[in-house]
Amino acid sequence: MSTISLVWNYLKAKPLTTILNIFLLALGIAVITILLLFSKQLEEKISRNTKGIDLVVGAKGSPLQLILCNIFHVDFPTGNIKLREAEQLSKHRLVKHAIPLALGDSYQNFRIVGTNLSYAELYHAELESGSWWSKDLEVVLGSTTARILKVKPGDSFASAHGLVKDGQAHEENRYVVKGILKPSNSIMDNLILTRVGSVWRVHEEHSEMSKEVPEKGIENPSTLVPSVAEGDSTREITSLLIKYRNPLAVIQLPRYINTQTNMQAASPAFETARLFSIVGVGVDALMGLAYVLIFISALSIFIALYNSLKERKYDLAIIRSMGASRSKLFFITIMEGTTLTLMGSVKGVVLGHVVLYLFTLLVEDSQKAGINALVFYPEEGLLLAGSIMLGIICSLIPAVQAYRTDIHKVLAGN
Amino acid sequence: MINVTNLRYSYSLAKQISFRDFYIQTGEHWLLLGESGSGKTTLLHLLGGLLTSQEGVIEVNKTNITKLSESSLDHFRGKHFGFVFQKNHLISALTVEKNLLMAPFLSGLKQDDERVTEVLEQLGLSSKRNSKIQELSQGQAQRVAIARAVLNRPSVILADEPTSALDDKSCDKVIGMLLDLASQNKFTLVIATHDKRLKDKFKNQLVLSQNS
Repeated sequence: MSTISLVWNYLKAKPLTTILNIFLLALGIAVITILLLFSKQLEEKISRNTKGIDLVVGAKGSPLQLILCNIFHVDFPTGNIKLREAEQLSKHRLVKHAIPLALGDSYQNFRIVGTNLSYAELYHAELESGSWWSKDLEVVLGSTTARILKVKPGDSFASAHGLVKDGQAHEENRYVVKGILKPSNSIMDNLILTRVGSVWRVHEEHSEMSKEVPEKGIENPSTLVPSVAEGDSTREITSLLIKYRNPLAVIQLPRYINTQTNMQAASPAFETARLFSIVGVGVDALMGLAYVLIFISALSIFIALYNSLKERKYDLAIIRSMGASRSKLFFITIMEGTTLTLMGSVKGVVLGHVVLYLFTLLVEDSQKAGINALVFYPEEGLLLAGSIMLGIICSLIPAVQAYRTDIHKVLAGN
Repeated sequence: MINVTNLRYSYSLAKQISFRDFYIQTGEHWLLLGESGSGKTTLLHLLGGLLTSQEGVIEVNKTNITKLSESSLDHFRGKHFGFVFQKNHLISALTVEKNLLMAPFLSGLKQDDERVTEVLEQLGLSSKRNSKIQELSQGQAQRVAIARAVLNRPSVILADEPTSALDDKSCDKVIGMLLDLASQNKFTLVIATHDKRLKDKFKNQLVLSQNS
């Protein structure tokens, strides 16, 4: 025999009450665990994806849309900006460097991004196999993209207009896969990268615009897109990702862009904070529900322990007659409460991970979002420690009652 | 073994009870007799340290237990006494075996499986080792309670009405076993009872009367 064995047998003697109490607590803890995993990973994801980007410049419209579209690639472009204007801005004294993005097409829901190699460098993306593009219509795939599409270097595909699976296909110009990236745990994993020129080419055929100028013929290439001449007045891109040169730019550059040009500037930090404050209401509501569940389970554990004291008064008296001290009775009761809450919270944490794991298996989008159910955070240890505290709190009054048992009165039967 | 001098106990300011001095030698079997309300249970609980705040001296194994602190008294009780009550007071959440093992566990002694086997055999309970308490008859349950009381080889067994809930047959069996065990293990036995069936079996009797 041991205290644990005694407590365990007491819990086993009332299986239904025990299961109900554990289940109630596990449910509350599971909700908290899921929210914790979700928001933690989302936060990490967002900070990783916005790292190195101080400002997104695009066509006028919703600033939030500009961020969602050009950083997280989940929304549609706000429109186009002139390459010439973008070039001028990239030479501004407050801009350290600028990366052009040309969006518009996708393949099987994965967005094709026309850009240059500095975009990949921004996320420290490295090739897993194959090579980078050397001419238009060659693409490099992110790791998730390649895994879900099951393609390898050498394969080819036709892109579709927009961000949907069944968009109008550009059959005339097929893309050729040149390389596949290593997982970088960033948005890079879910993209299809190519040169800006590829995107133009696919669309020029449509609108029957002028033929492409051969690359070698350009004397004064554009700093953003070397395949065209600087100051080109016809070409357009979707946006420009900007890194500031110094802190002064934080105040001056957005105001300059928004007032002096036809373009719009949006700050990823500001817009994501705004987004979180909107989503946060829902998270808070779920959290509230979880706390209600935990409170009810604590109350239920307290009631169960308190009621069992009456039935157990002879047990407690006999335990003391066999040599146990008052504090032993106190300890046994506290142990019973904490065993319940600890088991509940361990089951809850496991349940949270399992539910999230099933979710990632069933919902492809959650894989694209990079949600991983098999990551553990130190906060989960805090949850377990907190549940022990909860167990102590709800068994405190019953434990004091047990401590006060008058063995003579109980055993004499009056 | 047990030496009682000038023992008095106050239930309240108005109601006080004093016991006459007596001495019980090691291995003796005693019966405490008296009407209900005569203080049998009170005396038994005082002897076993279940009740304190008395006046006078109770010496057990040359230790004055009235001078012990509460936790040392708990410890002393676990080591030197075994208790049997009218109701068996077994812990129903535990099996027979685990109920028995509670005794060495709570008194801090070694939990010896062989000792459990031995005691269960002596009380004819070998087949009930893993039974639940609810599955036992009253007589069997009372024998398990006796097994639990003797498991630690205490020097004194204190029994409070151990037979009054039992029918004649069980009563004979239980008291017979208790006496056999006491003789074999040489422990001192003190039984408080008003059960007339036991009177002939004991030659040492202490009769308590109101205000004795």
